[in-house]
Amino acid sequence: MSNIPENLRYSKDHEWVKVDGETATIGITDYAQNSLGDVVYVDMPRVGDAFETHEAFGSVESVKAVSEIFTPLAGEVSEVNSGLNDTPESVNSDPYGTGWMIKIKMKNPGEADAMLSAVEYEEYLTTVS
Amino acid sequence: MYSENLKKTPLNAEHRELGGKMVDFGGWDMPVQYSAGVIEEHMATRTRAGLFDVSHMGEIWAEGPDAIEFVNRLTTNDVTKLVDGQAHYSALTNDLGGVVDDLLVYRFGQERLLLVVNAATTDKDWEWIASHKADENVALRNASADYCQIAVQGPDALGILQGLTETELDSIKYYHFATGSVDGVESIISRTGYTGEDGFEVYASPEFAVHLWNKLLKTGNYGQENGILPAGLAARNTLRLEAGMSLYGHELSDSITPYEANLGWITKLQKGDFTGSEELEKQKEEGLKRKLIGFEMKDRGIARDDQAVYVDGEKVGYVTSGSPAPYLKKNIGFALLPVEFANIGQEITIDVRGKHLIAEVVPTPFYKRQK
Repeated sequence: MSNIPENLRYSKDHEWVKVDGETATIGITDYAQNSLGDVVYVDMPRVGDAFETHEAFGSVESVKAVSEIFTPLAGEVSEVNSGLNDTPESVNSDPYGTGWMIKIKMKNPGEADAMLSAVEYEEYLTTVS
Repeated sequence: MYSENLKKTPLNAEHRELGGKMVDFGGWDMPVQYSAGVIEEHMATRTRAGLFDVSHMGEIWAEGPDAIEFVNRLTTNDVTKLVDGQAHYSALTNDLGGVVDDLLVYRFGQERLLLVVNAATTDKDWEWIASHKADENVALRNASADYCQIAVQGPDALGILQGLTETELDSIKYYHFATGSVDGVESIISRTGYTGEDGFEVYASPEFAVHLWNKLLKTGNYGQENGILPAGLAARNTLRLEAGMSLYGHELSDSITPYEANLGWITKLQKGDFTGSEELEKQKEEGLKRKLIGFEMKDRGIARDDQAVYVDGEKVGYVTSGSPAPYLKKNIGFALLPVEFANIGQEITIDVRGKHLIAEVVPTPFYKRQK
């Protein structure tokens, strides 16, 4: 069973978002890390890089494959989790905690309201598996 | 379900029960990994034991007075040097010296040879071999459906398998085999493998596959902390890559010769003519134009299959296999490069999805087990 914390918002591309004022922390969900398998490398943007909604901001690599990650919200990168350079496996073991990837200053505060709630994401997962 | 058109080994249900993520591998429904994941499966094989379903591989018998002569004229290695109970690594070559497939040739007797070939190329190899028979006194038989094959690999492999057989495994030397009984099942027990670890490959009749598989998991203490783990195709690939072994379709192909792939050691021109030997003679005399090398990433990043390799800004070759190496904790690969760049220490760059990352040519195998 996938872990889906109540206090986060979700995208159909299996990213989660934690909103804190104007800042959003972004990562990939438990479902996504499980589908990917052991994460061996995370390619992240730099602080200052700006992205539109649904733009690919980086990629996550497992042993066998590379998957792009898309930002569900438009904004400018304010922080990057450089810990993932040394321990990419945090994405697997703690996708909602130490496996966080970037923080952005949202271009359109309130954009996250349009994202899926935990219940909606859980329902969505039943249609994809 | 998409898997309906795929071939299945007798262990298909077992794989699914063990949490196998199933994929299409050369037309076979196979597990790319199980619930433990690639890295754990890889590490288990290097430090304890891994269990592999390789039943999809092909088995072709060549029997009769002309068996040795016939097979010797189609392969690169010298079949006349084999003794009963011995196997060798070899290649089937085409008229241009390119590799049709790599394989193992087992000598059961002066008139009995077993060829074990890759799963994805079994049909192609069978067509190739059968079409080359003229009036030789040899009976050829594609017996792939008659065998299941399970590999136990790792430092604990011998101990685990020994618990199920009276055959003294210690007396089977590397690249030798015996026929015996494994937990009451008539089997071929071969001290071979594709991981770079000590281990065995067990061939038996397919109806015993489930029995043997489950018994090996049990005897190997699957589920316990230091127990055996079933390992899928992804771990199989990272293990063979670390151990410097070629994969057909990557380091070997119809257009790559054994010399280009560093398989000169299994190419015995002195034994006499074989398919493509004339072209290989020429290549040996004239010298190679390109060669397979092993590389290690220096920049952060992972090179992948088919990515372009550059030297001094010029595209010179391509990656044949690229992947993380879980045991070595590096990112490695093979590439086919012009000979002038095929030297240890040569710096190359690889186009990894638009980024040019630096790598270095290193000696292979990347990993060698301690004896």
